[in-house]
Amino acid sequence: MHDIHTIDPVTRIEGHAKITLHLGDDGEVADARFHVTEFRGFEEFCKGRPVAEMPGLTARTCGICPVSHLIAASKAGDAIYAVTPPPAAIRQRRLLNLGQILQSHSLSFFHLSAPDLLLGMDHDPATRNVFGLMQAEPEIARRGIRLRQFGQEVIAAVAGQRIHGSLVVPGGVARQFTTEMRDRIVADLDEMMGAATATLELLVSVEDRFERELHSFGEFDSIYVGHCLPDGTWEHIDGKLRIMAADGSMLVDQLDPHDYREVFGEAGKTDSYLKSPYYRPYVDGDDPRPGMYRVGPLARINLAERFGTPVADEGLAAFRERYGRIARSSFLYHHARVLEVIACVERIAALMEDPVLFEEKVRSQAGINALRGVGASEAPRGTLIHDYEVDGNGLITAMNLIIATGQNDLAVNRTILDIAREFVDGPQLTDGMLNRIEAGVRAYDPCLSCSTHAVGQMPMAVSLIAPDGETLAEVRRD
Amino acid sequence: MSPRNGRPNVPVTIDGQDVKAFEGESILELARRVGVPIPTLCHLEGLSIHGGCRLCLVDTGDHKLKPACATEVTAELDVTTTNAEIREHRRRIVELLFAEGNHICAFCVSSGSCELQDLATEHHVDHIHYELGYERHDVDASHPKYVLDRDRCVLCTRCVRVCDEVEGAHVWDVAMRGNEARIVAGMDIPWGESSACTWCGKCVVVCPTGALSFKGRATGEMRHDPELVAFLARARDEGEWIDRRAEA
Ligand code: FES
Repeated sequence: MHDIHTIDPVTRIEGHAKITLHLGDDGEVADARFHVTEFRGFEEFCKGRPVAEMPGLTARTCGICPVSHLIAASKAGDAIYAVTPPPAAIRQRRLLNLGQILQSHSLSFFHLSAPDLLLGMDHDPATRNVFGLMQAEPEIARRGIRLRQFGQEVIAAVAGQRIHGSLVVPGGVARQFTTEMRDRIVADLDEMMGAATATLELLVSVEDRFERELHSFGEFDSIYVGHCLPDGTWEHIDGKLRIMAADGSMLVDQLDPHDYREVFGEAGKTDSYLKSPYYRPYVDGDDPRPGMYRVGPLARINLAERFGTPVADEGLAAFRERYGRIARSSFLYHHARVLEVIACVERIAALMEDPVLFEEKVRSQAGINALRGVGASEAPRGTLIHDYEVDGNGLITAMNLIIATGQNDLAVNRTILDIAREFVDGPQLTDGMLNRIEAGVRAYDPCLSCSTHAVGQMPMAVSLIAPDGETLAEVRRD
Repeated sequence: MSPRNGRPNVPVTIDGQDVKAFEGESILELARRVGVPIPTLCHLEGLSIHGGCRLCLVDTGDHKLKPACATEVTAELDVTTTNAEIREHRRRIVELLFAEGNHICAFCVSSGSCELQDLATEHHVDHIHYELGYERHDVDASHPKYVLDRDRCVLCTRCVRVCDEVEGAHVWDVAMRGNEARIVAGMDIPWGESSACTWCGKCVVVCPTGALSFKGRATGEMRHDPELVAFLARARDEGEWIDRRAEA
């Protein structure tokens, strides 16, 4: 008998997807698949459009992390113009990306995952959400709302608009950064530092309750990929790519994103619109799974030697003492996210003191000087790569977007399988089990509209499928 | 509007208000002079009259609505510039323009400086009730300084007229008809290959939408300046650039 469970829709993730659990003849879960059922096709409809339009256009891929696309697209534009943006522009982009990571992580942690972490996985689903959290823990919920708001304020101060700011352009940014903008940000810094550190303390205090989740939510060896500086300092916008093996040894360091194709392949799938990138040297044949790697907060803190800011580094040292130099469990994405929130606040504070940020020259001008350009940065969810080819007039002829959630796809599948094996028992789909699968997916904070470049909100369904293909159980949540 | 001599003496009623118009004045000119707003799109002061967009339709008591930009006043004319029917016509015209092109403000270079966008806001166009055409138009980025995106062209012909009437280069024309109608440079060659183009950029500054823009501008960075043409036309008509000291 071969059963498939489907969880459809998975709730509290950004986007919509469907999960199928295939039972083997022994009644155990043999395979798990995460299907993304929406399609957006940005890579197609960007063809023929001017490269200068790409930041604004690709930012529409996602309502949660438009800034990440603005930045990657502008960096690809810089490469095509063959210009170096002025130092002040680089600082502004940096500030914007920090605001973006901060607000996105706060949304993921407080609004989407904290209900599971603080109220418990088996808490009544009716109140296991941000509203239930507000009632049970109003102070914590308030902190989350404030941190997110602050991240958005930083974006608004720099870009003028919270979502879809049009500040970042190929060659630099559009406006000079002013002291008024700084004052808006500085006013809240102390409160944010307090909120971020209190959040870390809280998380550390509850983490022990999740021993079983820690070991079943994607605890496996994988490669880790992300940006970092040559000296190993955590980085989100400059620097190059570091690729680290499961044991912490370096596979490739300081890879220019321009050369990503040499190292990464992309596997298309018949049952999902998500492409699965993989680490090429580990794959021999059609199965991309040996080349599985993880990106995002957990990968970044595994890769980096240090954050380079005192409070975050203190948190990182304690984290490593507890979980080892390389943290293997995807459950620890939450912890990594909170550490990054602290690092973001500290770095925003440091930037406010940097006179270069305020300089007048913010844009380098040039024409089309290269026919291919690759721009990469760390989006909240992981490495984001925009790869454009243009004709001599600067119109896009080919485009490839490598999105963080896509890169985590193989790891997400593996995580679902592990959780299903641990918590699925027989042909029933219990609520606690379903929520654990969803929570396992949510640990990656997948943004599915972005990764499939697909429209809208995502409902999700889970099916349990027998070896003969018969659907034994199906759950759908809208 | 060219300078008029004498005093206005043609009695006209506009939205119930008794006013005096100049001989030969258009309803639009009169309305603007006496402070009655009428929306326009193809019309641009300083250029010849096109009368193609029909946004300026007004009721003159005739059996059909008339374009205010292309209709001269006559004595005792009674003009209604807005009522429910006119508003509905205008809203539909704006919707049709959206249905016909690929107007996506979200990443348009002219968002914030677009007359079509303003018209949509003014006429409460929050839905398009017509099937969208999704015509595929090419972007002509062959010019070193400017870009033509036909997706965003509303065929107002301001570029055609300004290039012909003010710059005197006549680079632009409208080719084909109906749905296929499109702005072309020369005999439908890439703009960058046009030897007639003087790179003056007047077509770009008068474009009401994001169809013509400065190359390299990102989302929302284009700023048009259509008033420039009225300034140039007035200066030309009044001979402002002619050195009259010798005559004196
Ligand atoms: S403005 Fe009168 S018809 Fe276009």
